[in-house]
Amino acid sequence: MYRYDQYDQAIVDARVAEFKDQVARRLRGEITEDQFKPLRLMNGLYLQLHAYMLRVAIPYGTLDSRQLRMLAHIARRYDRGYGHFTTRQNIQYNWIKLEETPDLLADLASVEMHAFQTSGNCIRNISSDQFAAAAADEIADPRPYAELLRQWSTLHPEFSFLPRKFKIAVTGSALDRAAIQLHDIGIQLVQNDAGEIGLKVLVGGGMGRTPMLAPVIRAWLPVADYLSYMEAILRVYNRHGRRDNIYKARIKILVNDLGAAEFARQVEEEWAQLKPLGLDPPPSELARIAAHFQPPALDAGAPVDIDLSNPEFANWVAVNTHSHKVPGHAIVTISLKAPGEIPGDASADQMDRIADLAERYAQDEIRVTHAQNLVLPHVAQADLFAIWQALRDIGLATANLDRASDIISCPGLDYCTLANARSIPIAQKLAVRLAPQEAELGELKIKISGCINGCGHHHAGHIGILGVDRKGEENYQLLLGGSGAEDASLAKILGPGFDENGIVTAVEKVIDRYKSLRADPSERFLDTWRRVGAEPFKEAVYG
Amino acid sequence: MPRLLTGNRLETGDVIWWTGSGWSLHLKDAVAVDADGEALLARFAPEERINDLALIDVDAAPDGWRPRTTRERVRAVGPSVRPDFALPSLPVEAI
Repeated sequence: MYRYDQYDQAIVDARVAEFKDQVARRLRGEITEDQFKPLRLMNGLYLQLHAYMLRVAIPYGTLDSRQLRMLAHIARRYDRGYGHFTTRQNIQYNWIKLEETPDLLADLASVEMHAFQTSGNCIRNISSDQFAAAAADEIADPRPYAELLRQWSTLHPEFSFLPRKFKIAVTGSALDRAAIQLHDIGIQLVQNDAGEIGLKVLVGGGMGRTPMLAPVIRAWLPVADYLSYMEAILRVYNRHGRRDNIYKARIKILVNDLGAAEFARQVEEEWAQLKPLGLDPPPSELARIAAHFQPPALDAGAPVDIDLSNPEFANWVAVNTHSHKVPGHAIVTISLKAPGEIPGDASADQMDRIADLAERYAQDEIRVTHAQNLVLPHVAQADLFAIWQALRDIGLATANLDRASDIISCPGLDYCTLANARSIPIAQKLAVRLAPQEAELGELKIKISGCINGCGHHHAGHIGILGVDRKGEENYQLLLGGSGAEDASLAKILGPGFDENGIVTAVEKVIDRYKSLRADPSERFLDTWRRVGAEPFKEAVYG
Repeated sequence: MPRLLTGNRLETGDVIWWTGSGWSLHLKDAVAVDADGEALLARFAPEERINDLALIDVDAAPDGWRPRTTRERVRAVGPSVRPDFALPSLPVEAI
């Protein structure tokens, strides 16, 4: 894992001190809320429905046990004993007091964490593949490339006031677990015939009001040119992005208006000016960062066969673990989606216990997934049973990864000022109703957002649900056919919306129709949808 | 239609309601401000101690005020999915 050097720590410590002074001045009445609001947002502090909410950055979703224990401490000391893992691999606390925030941020800084660039029109926390350095299908660990971007973009003065927020995802695998086609910039590590690693660059994806998939603007970028090319993209966006209309300000609108080819041409033109200026760090800098991400020394001769005689354990292994690149090891996904619970929420006690497990069994690493689960990336198969037992003791051994009850949900109107409708109660009802049949259904990704901004990724759901406001009452639109994976597609609205109970019934009708339409039990819902189209589902729901 | 004055306390972010003589965490303590609403907004806004000051529409029910929108009912009670945190102003089920 990356560890701060003196410069990283100095930047974060200085920011804590600066914000402490800003908070004191606000509380003394020396600055107005209009003056203070942009300052607190630059430090990840929002005012939500019930209290302040703090969004803490988790760079590329990677934590060690020391950091996770600090997140648990913050939940206990400054919040109400829990936190909410988000769809951008961050964590949010919902009950923060302004007057306590400086102390909280100082605690975070003591474990090399902070909350800046989790709000505002800047380059946000860089996200990545939760299976980085562990996945058998990976070309290379994407996190050094994400870390280089983090350092480059941290408090970058030129890119602190972009037309709109800016999200970047990096993956090292052809199997896309980071939703790179749905980011402002998506980066995929690729390999040429000579075995060299380069970057495939996608620009202009996103969800929200105007969902779009990102086109590839450069199929091969040499690693040595990485940052100057990123800078060129940001410069073109900063120059031409729509600052006159917040709804048209994301880079996806610019790329779509210009066309991918013309946008790419402008980037190349800008890059030709920038590249000779020497913005790119020497190769030794990436090597210095990469040295922090050396793969753990795992025993490739570790036993491969494990006792699966306990059927509940065997099912959990089958559903929630993946092959590791080192034989005899596995990647464990800890579901934060027990049916009826709040998706993505974890108590302080649960966080502490997971930190213990990571320290003892998983090379001291934890990952946060954009699907709001946690991962232990490097686990010996011989330890799986002990991990499963420990997780069962804290209510986190649910075997439902990528199944119907593994639902992504934003906080919705239960917490969020932007939301039009509650999303968590819909997720809870659906999970409880669908869990009994989810094994039969196979992969089925349901994603729920409480407003058009799409934090619950409804456009990327095999089944997506969007909460809207209809004359002060909650109403829910049903969308089908989305995917955030390497086969990305955007879900389409099926028809008129429903109330809270109606949407649950409508989803059940869709699933019943899928079961009658699928070619065989192995055909996923998404593939059935793509094969037969909307009409049979419309007939099932509205007929 | 009755209107209530509400906002979020600067120091804590807590949802608070104007009681006629001060501020309360509980919707049940609120008084209708009706025609005085704009004047109260004009009085409190410059003090900069309460964020997101707003007048909201409510109905008078036998057991107290009932905000017209789901959003304001959630604000008054707390997250509907955490009844353990619910304030006693309105039953969670009433959201």
